[in-house]
Amino acid sequence: MTTDIIIHDKKDNVGVVVIEKITPKQDCACWIMEDDSSTSIQSVDEIPLGHKIAMVDLNEGDTILKYGHDIGKVVKSIKKGEHVHVHNVKTKKW
Amino acid sequence: MEIPKSFLGYKRENGRAGTRNHVIILPVDDISNACAEAVANNIKGTIALPHSYGRLQFGADLELHFRTMIGTGSNPNVAAVIVIGIEPKWTKRIVDGIAKTGKPVEGFHIERTGDIGTVMKASKKAQEFSQWASEIQREECPLSDLWISVKCGESDTTSGLASNPTVGNLMEKLEPYGVHLCFGETSELTGAEEVCATRGATQEASAKFMKTWNEYNDFILKEATDDLSESQPTAGNIAGGLTTIEEKAFGNFQKIGNLKFIDVLEPAEEPKKGPGLYFMDTSSAAAECITLQAAGGFNIHLFPTGQGNIVGNPIEPVVKLTANPLTAKSMSEHVDCDVSKLLSREMNMSEAGDELIKSTLRVANGRLTCAEALGHKEFVMTKLYRSA
Repeated sequence: MTTDIIIHDKKDNVGVVVIEKITPKQDCACWIMEDDSSTSIQSVDEIPLGHKIAMVDLNEGDTILKYGHDIGKVVKSIKKGEHVHVHNVKTKKW
Repeated sequence: MEIPKSFLGYKRENGRAGTRNHVIILPVDDISNACAEAVANNIKGTIALPHSYGRLQFGADLELHFRTMIGTGSNPNVAAVIVIGIEPKWTKRIVDGIAKTGKPVEGFHIERTGDIGTVMKASKKAQEFSQWASEIQREECPLSDLWISVKCGESDTTSGLASNPTVGNLMEKLEPYGVHLCFGETSELTGAEEVCATRGATQEASAKFMKTWNEYNDFILKEATDDLSESQPTAGNIAGGLTTIEEKAFGNFQKIGNLKFIDVLEPAEEPKKGPGLYFMDTSSAAAECITLQAAGGFNIHLFPTGQGNIVGNPIEPVVKLTANPLTAKSMSEHVDCDVSKLLSREMNMSEAGDELIKSTLRVANGRLTCAEALGHKEFVMTKLYRSA
């Protein structure tokens, strides 16, 4: 079975698209690297290769976790299955 | 996979071994570039390393200039060196520094002779060096003669997912053989700095890392006029899906696998604490970073890329790997090792690490890297501040 999304760590609230793109309402197979487990999610947006998808609903001020670590803050609320990028997440540094 | 115990390298006078056998024409300063390039044009088998600096520098910045020049000439990938400067004093300082390795080195200065006379004299010596070096044969060298530096560039999320951990896997497998390893990119550890500090092998190494990172971060905060949102991450990083510097940093950090670093090096400083992993304080710009690592004595470089950075170095071969299937396909002439099957899970991390070890050893044995075949020779000096 193909893997559409890879998630680094069980704690992560985002996954990375690893096929050329996923399309809206696509049922995606997700693989969690940390413990070699699987899950699934239905996408909302079209998301290209390498870009992130929200695995849960996220509110403004929430922390994005990837690699099990803090990689920035949500600046515009994000629904599960939506594209996560510079339009809704910012650095906590600089 | 059983890891080969040796590679074919060029043994040097000081006990090190090179993966390449360059005769370099090294200008001390910007205004000696023309002379150095004329010599390299005259004499086949030599290469000039033009750069932009070397005049009116002072303090730590000048020390870094000398360390980079002397380190470049001393690198075991270099068989012999012609140094050309405008005046004799700084030229001699660099010649004397390189001469400590025992390799052939000779300096020439342009004042009171002019370009044409200097080109003639230096060309005669360069011809002697080139023909001498051409007879040096590759010999069997233990893996511990490999000094491997790493740096990633035009990263995207595939770097942190796959190509950087492939480098980490190689590090974990080769460290037991007594290899020297080096990572850098001080600014691109921002967000992961505290986690990185926990990887110091000693409290001293951890503290030294935090001091180095804090100094760099203070400098960036002082000079920044905006939020650095287009420099870090770069536009290429963002196109590839990286959103913040923290995300980039944790991806970057995957390159060292589960290893601990034994010391923190100044830019272009040679490691002195024996085999193992070192952190070097470097810029995160690819050519600057590799130039500093080569000057620190590293003789082969691993460069994971996501969106497709194409950098090379004149003396240290740069082995490029990518896990991004679009990059592997659309820029295949730049990719020495394609690990994109990691994303489709047709390959696991250990298999990818083995592939990279194979690619690295082929290049160590003499196979030209993509960057070498394409003529990439980016030699970029790091300048710390304005000149006097």
